[in-house]
Amino acid sequence: MKDLAYQIRRIILEQSFRAGVGHIGSALSIADILASVYGDVLRARSPRDKERDVFILSKGHAALALYAALYCRGWLSKKNLGTYCGDGTCLGVHPEHGLPGIECSTGSLGQGLSMGVGMALALKMKRSKARVFIVISDAEYNEGSLWEAAMFAAHHQLSNICVIADNNGQQAFGYTRDVLNVAPVENIWKAFGWGVYSVDGHDRLAITRTIRKSLKVKNSPHVIIANTQLGYGVSYMQRQIKWHYWPMSDKEYGLALEDIKKVGLKKSHGIGRA
Amino acid sequence: MRDSFIKTLIDLAHKDKRIVLLTADLGYTVLESFRDVFPGRFFNVGVAEQNMVGVATGMAMQGLIPFVYSIGNFAAFRPFEFIRNGPAGHGLPVRIIGVGAGVDYGTAGKSHWTLEDVGVLRNLLGLHIVVPADLFQAQSALKKTWDLPGPVYYRIGKGDKSALIPEGSFDLGRINVLARGEDVLFVSMGSAVKEVVNAVELLRKDGISCGVAAVSSFNPFPNADLVRVMGKVRWVVTVEDHVVNTGLGGAVAQAMVCGLSKARLLSLGVTSADLPKSGSKKYLYEQMGLSSNKIASAVRQILNRERG
Repeated sequence: MKDLAYQIRRIILEQSFRAGVGHIGSALSIADILASVYGDVLRARSPRDKERDVFILSKGHAALALYAALYCRGWLSKKNLGTYCGDGTCLGVHPEHGLPGIECSTGSLGQGLSMGVGMALALKMKRSKARVFIVISDAEYNEGSLWEAAMFAAHHQLSNICVIADNNGQQAFGYTRDVLNVAPVENIWKAFGWGVYSVDGHDRLAITRTIRKSLKVKNSPHVIIANTQLGYGVSYMQRQIKWHYWPMSDKEYGLALEDIKKVGLKKSHGIGRA
Repeated sequence: MRDSFIKTLIDLAHKDKRIVLLTADLGYTVLESFRDVFPGRFFNVGVAEQNMVGVATGMAMQGLIPFVYSIGNFAAFRPFEFIRNGPAGHGLPVRIIGVGAGVDYGTAGKSHWTLEDVGVLRNLLGLHIVVPADLFQAQSALKKTWDLPGPVYYRIGKGDKSALIPEGSFDLGRINVLARGEDVLFVSMGSAVKEVVNAVELLRKDGISCGVAAVSSFNPFPNADLVRVMGKVRWVVTVEDHVVNTGLGGAVAQAMVCGLSKARLLSLGVTSADLPKSGSKKYLYEQMGLSSNKIASAVRQILNRERG
């Protein structure tokens, strides 16, 4: 198989173009993160494996990237993938439980971490070795409930949690620093008692290495601040807020498909599965 | 009612290891009995109700049966969207214990009264709502519902020890008929049932024959039972320590219309945003027209008006 991040990006473009829907920039932003999680670190024989690691996409609006990862992992059929945003589909813009591989429905920001923390606590009680991976957006820092969950996870030293924060610095109305500035966020996570790591969020190898390193520390939950760009991989989308919502024209689609090939060739080769 | 409920929960927790208890830092002197027996299954999440429900949702996804505990308004309102998207949206066995129904925390002030919980939560059609009338029914309701596959909200009174429901019997979606009468059928829930029972005695002395049906669940609401027990009664009177439109009064009105009942309806409860000043539960029931005297007066009034 060609580079996983490239495959995820290609599917994001194909499906969003076919369905005529947006949230492309947010999905492209996490393509390398999901390539790391689904290609390298997530331990699960199948979506129903009782000992499986859990993945939660708290930033549910990037679900298309997750569907792409599930397809590449072999957990979602091509036929099902092709129903994205169609009538009666299980694959909406935001993920819903019931589709194998989707642990829980998300889309309302600030809720995924609490659910993940509850799962991590239950796994700890069961003495399970499974881990919980949660991708959050940096706009979720606006939600107070995120910090309730962060406090709880640190208090209970839930070291089986690894949060990957998609730090693309943009949200619906513009730059996160202009909407509600919380930088430097690393210090805040540290103050909440988390193990904090920063990484280039478009370098799959670096993400994987950092996740594995973090999970060796057993006295705190972990957050990987993945520095990313909205729309990464498509030159005209990168850091352009319109691509938080916008769908592509025919011409834009053609350009985008060419652009992602260049990124795909540059990044992330040679990492085995966990 | 609250203590008996927790005692029953402890009994169940002995039998089933999936039961865990979470509190948002409330229940001091009540929950220690659970914590002391099951320290590894008790979590004080701090004053963070949203996270409490979110964590409980995650725990339920991993096969546990989490009970979350707080005063009713904090348990129902602050985390409403977490309840909607979490246990209700996923059909998970999270149990929400809302204590201090109605004005049980009367002197604590309006921030602590729970007058809208049933109305808000019954929008979540997958969430069962259980409203016991006495501590015995609270215990039997818990025994009958703790292992349901979907979520449950328990509207639990604080301290009243009255026995009202025969053998405390409970069946989800059914009513308990406490008295039969010809003139009026009272339909009530929670601790208002006690006032209704006393009002019936007062009215009996006036030659007014009243029946009493206690409703203890919403989702499902006992529509069929109610229409059947209404029979040919002229008046149905609902009594609740809750906002009438979205609570028992509204639900009974809908049941009557759909069931083609010919009876007239009087609904007693919270009908105005202009709530009384703080005070004891007894004082507030009097102010809100929910004391047995006030209930009896209201019934005399409608019957007199009818005759006049």
